[in-house]
Amino acid sequence: MDQDRRTFLGQTGRLLVLTASAGVAWEHVLAGRPEEAPNYRATDHWWAMSIDIETCIGCGNCVRACKTENDVPREPQTFRTWVERYTVDPADLEHPKVESPDGGYGGFHELEVRNPDLKSFFVPKLCNHCAHSPCVQVCPVGATFESQDGVVLVDREYCLGCSYCIQACPYGCRFIDPRTHTVDKCNFCYHRITRGLTTACCETCPTGTRVLADLKDPKDPIHAFLRDHKVQVLKPQMATGSKVFYNGLDGSVR
Amino acid sequence: MPGVEGFIYPNELELQWSVLIVLYPFITGLVAGAFILASLERVFNVEAVKPTYRLALLTALAFLLVAPLPLQLHLGHPERSLEMYLTPHTQSAMAMFGFVYLWYLMVVLVLEIWLDYRRDIVLRWRASSGLVKHLYGAMALWSDDISDAALSLDDRIGRALTVIGIPSAFLLHGYVGFIFGSIKANPWWSTPLMPIVFLFSAIVSGIACILLLYFVTCWFRRVAVDMACVDTIAKYLYYAFIVDFSLEMLDLIHRLYEADESFRALDFMVKTRLFTSQIVLQIIVGTLVPLGLLAATQLVALREQTRRVLYVIAGSLTLIGIFAMRWNVVIGGQLFSKSFLGYTSYKMQFATREGLLPAIVLMILPFVILWVLIRLLPPWGHDDRASRTRPRP
Repeated sequence: MDQDRRTFLGQTGRLLVLTASAGVAWEHVLAGRPEEAPNYRATDHWWAMSIDIETCIGCGNCVRACKTENDVPREPQTFRTWVERYTVDPADLEHPKVESPDGGYGGFHELEVRNPDLKSFFVPKLCNHCAHSPCVQVCPVGATFESQDGVVLVDREYCLGCSYCIQACPYGCRFIDPRTHTVDKCNFCYHRITRGLTTACCETCPTGTRVLADLKDPKDPIHAFLRDHKVQVLKPQMATGSKVFYNGLDGSVR
Repeated sequence: MPGVEGFIYPNELELQWSVLIVLYPFITGLVAGAFILASLERVFNVEAVKPTYRLALLTALAFLLVAPLPLQLHLGHPERSLEMYLTPHTQSAMAMFGFVYLWYLMVVLVLEIWLDYRRDIVLRWRASSGLVKHLYGAMALWSDDISDAALSLDDRIGRALTVIGIPSAFLLHGYVGFIFGSIKANPWWSTPLMPIVFLFSAIVSGIACILLLYFVTCWFRRVAVDMACVDTIAKYLYYAFIVDFSLEMLDLIHRLYEADESFRALDFMVKTRLFTSQIVLQIIVGTLVPLGLLAATQLVALREQTRRVLYVIAGSLTLIGIFAMRWNVVIGGQLFSKSFLGYTSYKMQFATREGLLPAIVLMILPFVILWVLIRLLPPWGHDDRASRTRPRP
C-alpha cells in the first residue's frame, strides 16, 4: 500500500512537472515578446527594412498578407502597410498623380492612358520604425515605445487612444483600431521576427522588393544593399531616423 | 471617396481630433485670460477693474473645472487617463500639461479664491444653520480665525500667489499652444509662434468673456454698469487684441512670403475649405470688426449708452473670432494630407460622443458651475473689505 502510494505520488509529481514545463515551453513557442522567447535576445538585433522600388509590381500581396496576419480591420479603411502608385511628369516633380485604391489591397488597374513621357512606379509604405520617433516622443503615457531591437511598438493595454501620436507621425502610418479604441500600426510582425521568421509582407512579396533586415547582423545582405544602391528614406527633412530604406525613391514621393 | 479631394494617405480618412478638441484650447484660453484680467487689479492695482475681480476668478475656476472634460470624452480609454499622472512620459507635451493644469487649478486658482473669500466664508458659516452651515464650515476648513492679523496674512499670501499665478496662467495657455506648435509633422501647427499666439488670443478671449459676463450680471442684478470699469476693460481688450492680431498676421505673412513645400496645400485650404471660418469668421467678423469698434470707442467721444452697445457687440464678435481661430487650428490642421497632395473634410455628428450636442453641453456647463459658485460665494458687495484689509503700496 505504502509502495503504491509512493509510486502514485511519484508518477503524479513527474506528470505535473512535465506538463508544467511543456506548458512553459509552449508559451515560449507562442510568445510574441522577447522576454518570453528565451532564444531571442533583443539587444542582438536592430531591425530595418529595405524596399526596392525598381522591382515592385503593385500586386498588393503585402497588403493582403499584412491584413490577414495581423488582423487589421478591412473597414474602415486602415492599413499597417499600403502601396501607392505614382505617375509623374519628369519635369514637374511637385505635382505627381498618386493613387492608392483600398491601400493597394486588390492590386492596381492598368494605367488608362499610357503616356510615354510620364514615369510610373509603386511605393510600398509602412511604419518607418524611426530611431527618433516623433510618435514615441509625444505619447503621454509611454504606451508607444522603441524596443531594444529598434522596433516601434504599441502597448494596447496602456494606450489611452488620445491620437496625439497619429498627429505626430509624418508618414500617416498610424490609425485607431475601432475594435480596441487604441492606436495600431506596423510592428514588423514582432511575433514572427522574434521567432526567427520574416514579416508577412516580406514573406509574400513575389519580387523580393521588401526585405526585412537586421542592421546588427554583419552577414545581413542589407549592408551590401545600402552600400551598392542610391538609397533614400521618406521625408529625410523630418530627421526621424527612419529605418525603412528605399532604392530608387523618386524626388516626387511624399 | 466622399469628402476627399486629391490624394491623402489611406489612414488619414478619419479626422482624429473633433470639435471637442476645439473646445479644449478655447476653454483653457478663457481661464488664462480671465485670470490675467483679475490679476491686473490685484498685482498692478488697477482700481477701475475691481468690480470684475472676483467674478473673473470664479469664471476662471468654472471653466478650468470643465477644461479636461472634452479631452476625457475624446479618449478611446478615458479610464486610463489617470496614467498620465501616475506614469507620465516626461518627453510628452501632453503628459506634462496634466501637471501644469493641476498646479494651476489647485495651487493658484483654488488657493487664491479661498484666501480671498475666507472672511466671507467664515461669516456665512457663523450666520447659517443646518446643512449649509456644514458646507461653509468645510469650505473654511473649520478654521474661523478672521482677526485682522489673519486676514492681513491671507492678503499677503494671496498677493504672492497672484504674482506666481500670472506666469502660471501664461504657462497654462502657452503650453496648450506648444502641444500644437511642437508637432513638426504638421506645417499648419508647427511654428514657435504658436504658444505666444495662443497666449494672446487667450488673454483677448478671457477679457471679452469677463466684459460680457459683467454686463450680464449687472443686468440680472439690476444695478448700473460701472462705466469706468468697462471702459478700462475695453481698453485692455483693444491693446491685447492689437498684439494678438499682429502676431497672427506675422505668422500669415511669413507663410505667404516663405511659401515652402506645404504652402500650396495650405493656401488652397484657406481659399476653399477654411474660407468661411478663417477669412470671414476669424479675420473679418471676429477680428477686424471688433477691433474697429473698439478703436472707435478709444478715438471718438461716444455716449455711454453707445459705448455699452459697442462693447457688447465687440466682445461677442471677439469670442466668435477666437472660437473660429481654435477651430481653424485644430480642424484646419487635419483637413490637408501630410502628403500635401490632397484634402479631407470634417463631418461633425450631432448626438454622438464627440458630436455637436456634447460640445454644446460642455459649453453650457461652465456657466452652470459659475452660477453655483456665485450662489455660494457672491462676488459682489466686498468693496469695503478690500479697502479695509488690503495694504496699499
